[in-house]
Amino acid sequence: MPMRYETPSTTREAAALLENEAGAAFVLAGGTDLLVRMKLGHIEPALLVDIKHIPAMSSITHSAKGTRIGAAVSGAELGEHKAVAKAWPGVVEATNLIGSDQVQSRCTMVGNLCNASPAADSVPAMIAAGAKAVVVSRLGRRTVPVEKIVTGPGQTSLNKGEVIEAIVLPARPSRSGDAYLRFIPRTEMDIAVVSAGVNLTLERGRVKTARVVLGAVAPTAVVVPAAARAIIGSRLDEGALEKLAAACSAACNPIDDKRGTVEYRTKVAGVLAKRAAKIAFQRAGGA
Amino acid sequence: MAAHLVSTTINGDAVEFACPADESLLSALRNRLGLSGAKEGCGTGDCGACSVTLDGRLVCSCLVLGVEANGRKITTIEGMAENGVLHPLQENFIEYAALQCGICTPGFLIAAKVLLERNPNPTETEIRYALAGNLCRCTGYDKIVRAVQASARELRQIEKRKGRKKKGKKS
Repeated sequence: MPMRYETPSTTREAAALLENEAGAAFVLAGGTDLLVRMKLGHIEPALLVDIKHIPAMSSITHSAKGTRIGAAVSGAELGEHKAVAKAWPGVVEATNLIGSDQVQSRCTMVGNLCNASPAADSVPAMIAAGAKAVVVSRLGRRTVPVEKIVTGPGQTSLNKGEVIEAIVLPARPSRSGDAYLRFIPRTEMDIAVVSAGVNLTLERGRVKTARVVLGAVAPTAVVVPAAARAIIGSRLDEGALEKLAAACSAACNPIDDKRGTVEYRTKVAGVLAKRAAKIAFQRAGGA
Repeated sequence: MAAHLVSTTINGDAVEFACPADESLLSALRNRLGLSGAKEGCGTGDCGACSVTLDGRLVCSCLVLGVEANGRKITTIEGMAENGVLHPLQENFIEYAALQCGICTPGFLIAAKVLLERNPNPTETEIRYALAGNLCRCTGYDKIVRAVQASARELRQIEKRKGRKKKGKKS
């Protein structure tokens, strides 16, 4: 059977196409993961639904109320949006770390999320930011915290006929900052061995709220509430940072492979979280 | 074959072709349109040998479907020389011996051109990052970086001369 290719102009239409297809149906955004899997013969789609002709998926809106990034917005387009990059530098930097310039022209945050790799760069940063996914189906729409989307390597909680239309970031209080760091053995074009995203807001020089999320150290990104508690109320002194690092290392459940041993990943998770916290703190205006 | 009709613009020319939905843009360019400048190295978006631009953005044509080109503008290495005159980047790749086997060269040239259009005066680090999506197994990259630096200098001078001419005309 030849593969079908559709270019719907609304999200509802895209959801209906996916729901009504009896065979394997996939959303095509940037294609930087999907087309590779097709090429390698891992999947044989009966239908591709190209979402790049859907206006609601192709735009970024940014205001005091929050930020909405369409599912078809490329990493390059996100990086060029100065206001979003200023409000959420950690999220934007994490997304811009995905692949080469060639890949950036095509890759999307939602694609990175739904590909469901444990090492996805944008995901820990999105979760730290408190991002939510707008999930649309024939029945309507629901808003789901990003950490509820990925359930395991290559697995998501989306049902057949559901499609993510956009990622929504909350309103940004003043004195807030976020950062994402990953460790790779080279400087570019590699997959995270360990990564950490930190988002925090300050009040009178102390951390008021914080979210700390690790990547590539478990089957999914890991939210570490104990690490956040370790720095809340502090001025990010060395003692608080040590506790944060220890909490992060304790939350790790990594694989052992040629790119990093369990011991190494566990140790480096704490180190990266400390560094990311320092950058986020500085960006929030902390001294 | 359930062929899709694709109307696109390639190097400024309106082009139509028909291809099945699962055919890559790279394959359509090479096998249907006779534009064999873009090469297939890896076929999985790692090597950049198939680089072209799609609506001005640098992409791996192996990771774009032919059908996605419908209604969009593509440039390939075949459109780089104008009226038989090589682009300064092409001249400098020859001058600096920035190629040996040549398979990666069209991709490097396209990627470097996109870089210099956005950033006419890149640092060496910026050049190396911008070309990180293009692999070369012959040169060791150094000669490629030198050729891009020389081209950047040349292109800035050309722009400067153009600017002066415009000023001269006004006064």
